[in-house]
Amino acid sequence: MATDTSAYEEMIKGLWRDNPVFVQVLGMCPMLAVTNSAINAVVMGLATFFVLVGSSFLVSSFKQWIPKQVRISLYIIIIATFVTVVDYSLLALLPTIHKELGAFIPLIVANCMILGRQEAFASKHNVKYAVMDAVGMSAGFMIALFALGSVREILGVGAFFGIDLFGANFEPWVIMILPPGGFLTLGLLLLFFNWFTERRREFLLKVAESSRVAYVDGDK
Amino acid sequence: MTDKQDNIKTSSITTEEPSSSRLIFSMAVAGFISGIIIIAIYMLTFDTIKENKARELREAVFKVLPEVSFMQKLHFMDNKLGVVKAEGMDDEMIFAGYDKQGKFIGYAIQGKGPGFQDTIHVLFGYLSSNQNITGMEILDSRETPGLGDKIFKDMDFVGEFINLPISKEIKAVKKGKKTQENEIDAITGATISSKAVVRIINIAFNKWSSRLPQQGNEPLLDKN
Repeated sequence: MATDTSAYEEMIKGLWRDNPVFVQVLGMCPMLAVTNSAINAVVMGLATFFVLVGSSFLVSSFKQWIPKQVRISLYIIIIATFVTVVDYSLLALLPTIHKELGAFIPLIVANCMILGRQEAFASKHNVKYAVMDAVGMSAGFMIALFALGSVREILGVGAFFGIDLFGANFEPWVIMILPPGGFLTLGLLLLFFNWFTERRREFLLKVAESSRVAYVDGDK
Repeated sequence: MTDKQDNIKTSSITTEEPSSSRLIFSMAVAGFISGIIIIAIYMLTFDTIKENKARELREAVFKVLPEVSFMQKLHFMDNKLGVVKAEGMDDEMIFAGYDKQGKFIGYAIQGKGPGFQDTIHVLFGYLSSNQNITGMEILDSRETPGLGDKIFKDMDFVGEFINLPISKEIKAVKKGKKTQENEIDAITGATISSKAVVRIINIAFNKWSSRLPQQGNEPLLDKN
């Protein structure tokens, strides 16, 4: 039972507390490059999900046989293999999406979030925890990509998943689609995220304080 | 770096420095397995990818040339245009479209040129009988999503190339300023991409117009 809770912990931490984008600020290249529409963000998130879970599983299963001196190269070989599989599968199954994401799929290899999880987590924990951690982290990454992609598509094109939202009179904020829009949105989202976390911490402290006071009072 | 390594050594006495042959061996095994996986996925997806590309091209030809039922590839070699059966495509190829009875209708001509970010690959239909462009399709481009990609997403722009006379060179003008028959309203916010498409079509047309055979001498449909 205890192990189940901690495995769950490992998964859930990636969504909020250790969110790879909002807290660790990793994987910024795909984050800014492909989030000009919600659908691109989701597909990029799914591709990263597959690569991260697969690599974490392999790295964690083979960790005894991976010599420390060449571990980074071996991680990269594993990650690159998964990325190639994703690349060709997308090209065969979803050619239109591949056209949009084309240049960025091979760059998943260099996504430091993936390499970071191998080095910091998968190589030190058993398979179950490693996979849980990978699922949580990539889900957190996907949520962040999706948030950014939705904001940019809604403001920059006036559509969501390609569905027109505001009608013909809406003048799209073209800058949101362009790279500066990515930086702007990311900055504002980070600001919001940190503000919210801070507020939540203060609130929890206040609750803890008042309950402690109540407890002490009651004790008297 | 050496300090760190020393620390690791003293902290875990059982781990010894592995020999270099062991390091090379593990890299080689990983590389070998990864190579096999990559070859497997390449072979598995190769046919589908090729089919997708061929289908895309065929659909594009049918789109730019209306009322076409058959098409065949023409290759310009040794100063004449001949029918080719080979797969694949290069810059010296165009397509000829025929109706149900096998009567010649028009050509689908391709052109490549620099756009805003990368090469744009355009295909357009051309009727030699009245010197009109019958439609335009972007085969490949990396224009800015949301702006430059309107050259194929904005149906008003694409629609302007339907029944567009090309006896005179076509020109892209600012949106709403179109006065002449051979002018095209450029897309607001994507002027460079719009002008690039027009320029590519003009260049490709000039290159091919002299190469096309006289009217009535078009290559016959090879039904095999």
